[in-house]
Amino acid sequence: MSDPVSPRAARPRLLGRTAVNAVVWLSVLYTLLPVLWLLLAAAKDRDALFSSDLLSPGDFSFAANIRALLDMEDGVFARWYLNSLLYAVGGAALGSLISVACGYAFDKYRFRAKEKLFSLVLAGVMVPPTVLALPLYLMASGIGVVNTFWSVFVPVLFNPFGVYLGRVFSQGYVPDEVLEAARVDGAGELASFFRVALRMLGPGLVTVFLFQLTAIWNNFFLPMVMLSDQSLFPVSLGLYVWNSAAVVTPDYYPVVIAGSLLAVLPLVAAFVLLQRYWRSGLTAGSVK
Amino acid sequence: MSTAPSPVPAGVGRGPDAAAGPAEQGARRSRARTRRSARRGAGAACAALMTPFFLLLVLVFLLPVGVAVWLSFFGDDQPELGFGPERTVFTGLRSYRAVLTDPTFLRGLGTTALYCLVHLPLMVVLSLALALLLDSGAARLRRTAQLALFLPHAVPGIIAAVIWLYLYTPGLSPVIGLLDSAGVRVDLLGVDTVLPSVVNIALWSNLGYNVVIFYAALQAVPREVTEAALVDGAGPVRTALLVKVPLVRGSAVMVVLFTLIWSLQLFTEPMLLSQASPVVGARWTPNMYIYDAAFTRNNYGLAAAASVVLLAVTVALSYAVGRWSTRGARPGGPGRTGEGGPR
Repeated sequence: MSDPVSPRAARPRLLGRTAVNAVVWLSVLYTLLPVLWLLLAAAKDRDALFSSDLLSPGDFSFAANIRALLDMEDGVFARWYLNSLLYAVGGAALGSLISVACGYAFDKYRFRAKEKLFSLVLAGVMVPPTVLALPLYLMASGIGVVNTFWSVFVPVLFNPFGVYLGRVFSQGYVPDEVLEAARVDGAGELASFFRVALRMLGPGLVTVFLFQLTAIWNNFFLPMVMLSDQSLFPVSLGLYVWNSAAVVTPDYYPVVIAGSLLAVLPLVAAFVLLQRYWRSGLTAGSVK
Repeated sequence: MSTAPSPVPAGVGRGPDAAAGPAEQGARRSRARTRRSARRGAGAACAALMTPFFLLLVLVFLLPVGVAVWLSFFGDDQPELGFGPERTVFTGLRSYRAVLTDPTFLRGLGTTALYCLVHLPLMVVLSLALALLLDSGAARLRRTAQLALFLPHAVPGIIAAVIWLYLYTPGLSPVIGLLDSAGVRVDLLGVDTVLPSVVNIALWSNLGYNVVIFYAALQAVPREVTEAALVDGAGPVRTALLVKVPLVRGSAVMVVLFTLIWSLQLFTEPMLLSQASPVVGARWTPNMYIYDAAFTRNNYGLAAAASVVLLAVTVALSYAVGRWSTRGARPGGPGRTGEGGPR
């Protein structure tokens, strides 16, 4: 067998290495540059924005843009931001707990038609929520809760993929022996879930929370269908409305850009800080 | 392993993966009595843990599907002679006939089909290729690259659409400005370019997500397998294409499935582009058609029928992908590593 690092083979390998890195970093530029544009554009006033002169250091008006954003239409943006936080953080916290509890029960208990029920859950993963938004609207209007906080908050709690992840994580992280020991110690079933299992499921719970947080924060169709009262809007819907105004009134452009930047920040921060959790969510299959 | 009539705590007979040593099994038998008395408690606990989720499942999943199907068979009928209140009457397949013969709906389906034909292969090939490059060992700073590629997934769809819309808008976009000064004039929101422009937004948003899925699956490929291929004289490219790719088939199926399902739901990006481009009409995709039918034309029967048609198409295509993927696959093959999730 020939020596793998013979000088003849070394040159194409070096070339290959350079090519590989060039392709990877070109793709990284493709994903990063638009975000960088958003960052730079948020620091420009309207005129600099339209002259496409992003890198001139002269007119730096980041603070002015943020102030304009917060003053726009009686400060409704702060309200939207708060709404988004409420829908997303509240919904993801409650929703992930509900899903993981159910996934845990799927893993640790045996009962009739268990796998049939589980395939119903998987069917829920396959049916995208946008298909259900219209009938949900009609149901909500039937019981008179359309255009309320709950009309958006309750549907986003439903997270069948969280149940799937909860089952996988429960299988991987919660040994049956530990639960057996808790039972011998006289702990009730629910107590051993909340005091013993939930602590071991902690990282899995964070993963489910993170994915649900993203999904709710990104949610657009459901609030658009359900809400007409501007004070209940999440950021996504508010910015959509302002963007349609920008087509007529260009003064809205810097405001939409600054608002978009603020809307992106919490999720980007969450993803950078909680890297290992979303990674484990995407690789959940290999936990098995 | 038979299914017990009532929930029992796990730990007994959970199959070969949970096989315990003989000593431990003896200890378990002696605890059997305690367990039997705990059986009822276990049933109640199991029900308590599952009930909240299944309440939601009925309320926001099963009921809406039922409502959509029911509504699609009923419609508001104009009262006879123009008197009296409007009544909801059974209209049979009238709404379906109206949807399926509506050229705007069919054009929307056609647009979506074309979008899938462009988007799906691009997404799968590019994300798999990038994951293979990252996995090849030649790439440096792999974690940083992955994080950077994944970043757009944290950008809400509507914001991604805003960013790209502005990058497509002449006067606002530095890209178009640059091309302009080089003498190249492009209209990225024109008749022929708007579909690739929408594909680009979706690709930008989800490329990194799928790269991470593929990369995770590739990392799970045993080293001996790729080393054996190298010893047999296969170059790195041949090893990647002929050895690694078939081993991540399961992940490829998941990526195809979820990309397909979400492509059929296309709404947010074209909805935003429709504010700026006359090419994107109010019924450009099926979901936009449904929104338009329900909230602009107030025809719930039509919207419900269109929803059911879209749901049926989604289910049929998912089923087809599932069938296609299990054909000739190894037992227990697909979906084992790197499950994709809803975005």
